[in-house]
Amino acid sequence: MAVTEHRILLKYADEPDYSVDIDCYLEKGGYETLKKALTMKPEDIRVEVKNSGLRGRGGAGFPCGVKWHDLVDRKSGKPIYLICNGDESEPGTFKDRQLIHKDPHQLIEGMMISSFANDVQLAFIYIREEMPLGARILEKAIEEAREKGLLGDNIQGSGYSCDIIVHRGAGAYICGEETGLIESLEGKRAYPRMKPPFFPAALGLYNCPTIVNNVETLCNVVHILKMGAEEYTRIGRPKNAGTRIWCVSGHVRKPGYYEVGAVTMGEMLHDLCGGPLPGRQFKAIVPGGGSMKILRADERFKGKDADGNEIEYGLEDIPLDFDGIMAAGSMSGSGGMMVMDDSVDILEALANLTAFYAHESCGQCTPCREGSLWASKITARMCSGDARPGDLDTLYSMVGNIGGRTVCPMGFSTTWPVQSYIDKFRDEIEERARENRCGMGRDERLIQK
Amino acid sequence: MSETKQDDGLISIFVNGTEVRCAPGTNMIDAAAMAGMEIPHYCYHPKLSVSGNCRMCLIELGLPGRDRATGKPLLHDDGSPIISWFPGPAIGCGTKAAPGMHIKTQSDMIKQTREGVMEFLLLNHPLDCPICDQAGECSLQEFSANYGQGYSRFVEEKNVKPKRTVLGPRVTLDDERCILCSRCIRFCSEVAKDDVLGFIDRGSYTTLTCFPGRQLENNYSLNTVDICPVGALTSTDFRFKMRVWFLKSTPRIDLESSVGCNTEVWTREGRIYRITPRRNDEVNDTWMPDSGRILYKAVESEDRLNACRIDGEERPTDEAVAEAGRILGEGSVAIVGSGGSSVEEQFLLRQLGDAIGGAPTHLVSRIGEGDGLLLSRDRNPNIRGALITGLIDELPTEKLDRLGAAIDDGSVQTILAVGEDLGVAGITEDQLKKVRIISIASHESATSRAAAVVLAGLTVFEKSGSYINQQFRLQKSLMALPGPGGAVDDRVLLATLVARRTGERAPATIEAIWEAIGSTITQLSGVSFESIPETGRLIDGTAFDNLPFIEEETLHFQPAVP
Repeated sequence: MAVTEHRILLKYADEPDYSVDIDCYLEKGGYETLKKALTMKPEDIRVEVKNSGLRGRGGAGFPCGVKWHDLVDRKSGKPIYLICNGDESEPGTFKDRQLIHKDPHQLIEGMMISSFANDVQLAFIYIREEMPLGARILEKAIEEAREKGLLGDNIQGSGYSCDIIVHRGAGAYICGEETGLIESLEGKRAYPRMKPPFFPAALGLYNCPTIVNNVETLCNVVHILKMGAEEYTRIGRPKNAGTRIWCVSGHVRKPGYYEVGAVTMGEMLHDLCGGPLPGRQFKAIVPGGGSMKILRADERFKGKDADGNEIEYGLEDIPLDFDGIMAAGSMSGSGGMMVMDDSVDILEALANLTAFYAHESCGQCTPCREGSLWASKITARMCSGDARPGDLDTLYSMVGNIGGRTVCPMGFSTTWPVQSYIDKFRDEIEERARENRCGMGRDERLIQK
Repeated sequence: MSETKQDDGLISIFVNGTEVRCAPGTNMIDAAAMAGMEIPHYCYHPKLSVSGNCRMCLIELGLPGRDRATGKPLLHDDGSPIISWFPGPAIGCGTKAAPGMHIKTQSDMIKQTREGVMEFLLLNHPLDCPICDQAGECSLQEFSANYGQGYSRFVEEKNVKPKRTVLGPRVTLDDERCILCSRCIRFCSEVAKDDVLGFIDRGSYTTLTCFPGRQLENNYSLNTVDICPVGALTSTDFRFKMRVWFLKSTPRIDLESSVGCNTEVWTREGRIYRITPRRNDEVNDTWMPDSGRILYKAVESEDRLNACRIDGEERPTDEAVAEAGRILGEGSVAIVGSGGSSVEEQFLLRQLGDAIGGAPTHLVSRIGEGDGLLLSRDRNPNIRGALITGLIDELPTEKLDRLGAAIDDGSVQTILAVGEDLGVAGITEDQLKKVRIISIASHESATSRAAAVVLAGLTVFEKSGSYINQQFRLQKSLMALPGPGGAVDDRVLLATLVARRTGERAPATIEAIWEAIGSTITQLSGVSFESIPETGRLIDGTAFDNLPFIEEETLHFQPAVP
């Protein structure tokens, strides 16, 4: 039986009559969960979210309940801030855009519940610059919610007050990194902060304890509370509770966003996305956004089944969730799945990607600043038919000096793709470079000015 | 194991296995230095906030392991703690000492990391050392030699950036050499409190620049040149003048105010090329004002006096000193001393005053604006020296009004002016004509022009001496270069005059003067010039507690509460 979507967050989003209007949302039972939450004890909500096992949908998959629990400083009298990270900027990711554009009140309800649970009086939505419509929709939604007494002062007569401010970014990938985002929100250059402290939970916005959650994560909070943590954990595989919205782009018949429970890569690619384009074969998949390691379509993986027996499995058997993709040596990241078929020149793809990360390196710390541009220059030169012997070795070892040596984890955005593309497609890249048939000429777009 | 806090408040950490006792919270760069080990770094500066961007100071970090379940320390069989090492490197500047912490600064991982960072830093660096002013004192050169891999694999085109941006009246920037460490930005915002520098653009194209419509023109702008670890920020004055390895540095004091910033004066073959700050954590940290760096221009000024004169005619020094000695024996004499003179000169002047019968002594006051940092209101660097040596017993008033009145009523017929121009101190030209003047000075002035005898002295850069700053800190300043022929050290001139008046030998060498000082001035007993530490020595100033000193708060100085 073909797998179908399991829509919870996007349940109404694509219904013909559904709009961003608050009445639409209320008609579907919207904000009832917030009203219920306001009658609960905040710590009970936190426990519920922790028990649900909800993992952050922004990229790292860090348990949301633990993040909230780590907010140790609840007594110092400093305000606690909640920031919704809507700077969705990882290449291949477009799920938060759907949630914001199609069902903004779900996000606002999730934020209000999360704010109440964490005693937050002021929350922010940091939305990427490239979503001006999203910002307008959110601002309108916030005003609607305010008029209905669902946001602002004394919400529903509960005595609890909380407001949301929408802040637009200025067009920088690095603002998706939570401490870079906080700096940007404070009006500074978005240079990620030094670690430790490892989490904004200790010193966040304006040096106050701060929770930063992804859009999809906060939307999930509504449904955890609505259905209860126990019910929620039944969706998806163990330790990977809940649905995930996957953004499938590239060479499939039906690219798009798909909200699913427990499915495999093959089910996603064939049942939901309609398989490869006519006459084509899958070649590679980047499972979780541009910075994640690439997987070959014909790759074989070793693992253990539920009984502990050694098994070997292929790409299409990979369970599509945090742990499943991790076991295959990559990460589910932000859910941006990019599919490449046999028409793709892998060297061009790599050059394109490294150009992006060179363009988006914030420039604060040495390895990422210099290494990302170097990687871009090497790959662009190789594409232009001017490859030299040893280029790949230089590239490979050089990017190894970036990831893990930088201020923020974005250093890996150059290291992981470059090393994995070379690991898995070395012969092809070398051949392409040698034959000078990339067909790109010296592509000025790839050469950073 | 001595891991627990002991009474001295210090904790033990281990640098490459060597135990180091340091205060909790000490960063690893400083802690390793205590163990005699260098952790190379660019962006870290001991007097600025930690930025952690250069990634040169990466180290391996380990902490005593604890059992996750019980929280108990994990121990080897011999009872020593099991160290759990972090998988990746951590920055030394941002890692603060905690009990039992271990770091490795020389492991294979760190060696490779440093080679990587060095290679990255040099990718887009122009490598124009042969024409770069920083060459010879450049961290990029030093660490490249010590920690780099010795070659680059980079064959691409380098980035192009502005080569000679004029940031302000005294600082010129070469953006291609900049390694974006942000020290200068942090200095401007944190120390100079004049936030004018910042980065524009992104990634490897990031460029240091001044805010639109602003200039780097505050009086501390040249400190950015000092702390720039590479040759990006250059002093417009010093740029392209001299290779630094030809320069000899002499520890001196900035004599523009009573703060007494510690400085280095850089000379070659009798010329001064630049003045830079010398670190003294009790006085000026690692900073100094720009205004103190151009004072050396006075050395080569055209109005230098390089011969003694009697009644306007050049005469040999011996003759002029003899004539001065003779004049000082006649009529009633007044002395005008200087708060800019050294303790030694003030001491001798006091002796000379005694020798000619307790001549009334005046001091010229200099009051400027304090900037709250390293320039105080009192622009005399050594008022407290004049008090300690007994040259004066009260603070000078602004003008020499009392002296002027004494000239007018004829009670003063002779004035000995040491290092001061009476003209700017309120004595009119008419008054100058009414008296006989003996002027000891290094530059021509209204006083020297009107003087019966001019004794050509030296500028401060040409003589050694000590000064007492606003904290009552005795600091010494050494001769940086010889004076011009024909000019004589003021100290020798004064000693000769004392000898002429008393008929006895007077101490003329610094050592001899300090022997005399030590035996006559209680606050300075037992002190010799030699024994004054590089960073100065606090002396007892309580005898002057009741005087209304005018200094306000500066970097390391709080005025006494009245």
